[in-house]
Amino acid sequence: MQNLLKAETYQNCQSALTQYPDRKSAMLPLLHLIQEDRGYICKEAIEWIAGLLELEPIQVYEVVTFYPMFRQAPIGKKHIKICRTLSCALAGGYTLSDKLKKILGCAQGATSPDGEYTIEFVECLASCGTAPVVMVDETLHESVKPENAEAWAKETFPNLKG
Amino acid sequence: MAIAETKLLLKYADEPGYDNSIDCYLKHGGYEVLKKAIKRSPEELIQEVVDSEIRGRGGAGFPAGTKWRLLDRKSGKPIYLICNADESEPGTFKDRQIMHKDPHQLIEGMLITAFAIQAKLAFIYIRGEMPEGARILKRAIEEARAKGFLGNNILGTDYSCDMIVHRGAGAYICGEETGLIESLEGKRAYPRIKPPYFPAVLGLYQCPTIVNNVETLANIKHIVEMGGKEYAKIGTPGNTGTRIWSVSGHVNRPGYYEFPCNGITLGELIYDVCGGLKPGRTLKGVIPGGSSAKILRAGERFTGKLKDGTPFDWSLEDIPLGFDSFAACGTMSGSGAVIVMDDTTDMVEALANLNEFYAHESCGQCTPCREGSLWMKKITARMSSGKARAEDADLLHSISLQISGRTICAHGEACAWPTESFVNKFKDEFVSKSITGRNVAVDRHRLI
Repeated sequence: MQNLLKAETYQNCQSALTQYPDRKSAMLPLLHLIQEDRGYICKEAIEWIAGLLELEPIQVYEVVTFYPMFRQAPIGKKHIKICRTLSCALAGGYTLSDKLKKILGCAQGATSPDGEYTIEFVECLASCGTAPVVMVDETLHESVKPENAEAWAKETFPNLKG
Repeated sequence: MAIAETKLLLKYADEPGYDNSIDCYLKHGGYEVLKKAIKRSPEELIQEVVDSEIRGRGGAGFPAGTKWRLLDRKSGKPIYLICNADESEPGTFKDRQIMHKDPHQLIEGMLITAFAIQAKLAFIYIRGEMPEGARILKRAIEEARAKGFLGNNILGTDYSCDMIVHRGAGAYICGEETGLIESLEGKRAYPRIKPPYFPAVLGLYQCPTIVNNVETLANIKHIVEMGGKEYAKIGTPGNTGTRIWSVSGHVNRPGYYEFPCNGITLGELIYDVCGGLKPGRTLKGVIPGGSSAKILRAGERFTGKLKDGTPFDWSLEDIPLGFDSFAACGTMSGSGAVIVMDDTTDMVEALANLNEFYAHESCGQCTPCREGSLWMKKITARMSSGKARAEDADLLHSISLQISGRTICAHGEACAWPTESFVNKFKDEFVSKSITGRNVAVDRHRLI
């Protein structure tokens, strides 16, 4: 596994392990680090973490499957997370999602055929005063009005075709 | 002319030129309260917090001083402090403002708290969807460490305390304090049963642990600065201090606004502070304390007696923004998240939206919550797609009543209360759904 990770990620994994009074607490930090590095949590990673934390792989696997942010398959280059919950829905979150799916050529919860975009609905992103909100990778975009979806997409994704 | 806010926590946050660096914080008197607090006895500081009568800002409104008093100090085990920064209750976006714009205020509040409870290690459990917030807090911790406010021998005393930022990974249930603790221990966030697992006795690593919300901990700095009794003069007895209200939905000026408890009414918040509804629209319903709080219907009358015996007779607009006032109206102020809905809102779809959330977020430990939230989601989704059955309204209501009180944690209540209250208060709409079918009004967005 060490060979699959960037040197910096490996270093960060080592420091995560020693940060807590009980090393098992490093579970989520390790999973975040590996997902940021590799794009998803592979089977090897689960086994590697199990070894580091002195657990059975099933105990890591059950954590990976519990938390919505962890995924076990690669996604598109740009990860678009549209807030689905009430305040954003009242401001047009669903309408926005319908438009973005067309603009980016991508189904809900799926990746576009060219591998560029993955669109996902997520639950409340805690920015309800500037609804609707969208997270693109780690950046929060506020007040993405459905009527401006096209202009917003062109500005946010300069490589967008058409 | 809008009613002026009383800003204690957000005093500087949005001021032009104010940034989240330690230099800026120090220029505004930062860490002065810690310097004084660390020379006092921990017991005195706890007494200040008890005197302040501050109630937790995370949702349950439990008095923070009482929580601290429950701490087991006799076991000899290490004591931990956890800041609950898993802000996930739909409608809530107040902690985000503190963490992003004034992180040192939170860290100073946490250090005073840690010293008062004699914790040597403190955690900030921040939700996974706030990577920017996590970076800001990590940087702020390093800045505070470099200045000697945090780490070994704080400010030259023999007291040491370290702080760790820990990121969640998208599970709402981590906001429940025992679920949070399980998650911090590297496991699925399955809430623990109380008793025996009261965090103040058996918390993180089975050690005594205090878990407080971001806004609560930021307030500690102000309580110790002003003195608990002086702080208690803000607001009304048992409803003290300021609160940050997050307003979203169908108002002209959604946003976060800070007011003393019971300082203004819900009507003043909606119509004055937030500029009212869109032209031509009328109010239909308000969820006053985050999506788990029971909805209030426009036109309802609320009558009864407050805790102190004072009789009240309020319309929705008359309800003061406090803890006890909303409780007296059969709902709660929760996390202070006000979601406003106008007459274009299809209440069945709005509930379907929330039910989708609760079904997604149930951890699955307890059958009534796991199965009940799924049933409620399926029924409201079916009703929203034009396939409502005549018995659906009653069925929904009956399911909601079979969940609350029958689960390990409050997620049972959180998922049952929206259904129970929506169906109760908008029964006509739920009943007529089987006749009218899908609401296809063109001037509104679909909610599911």
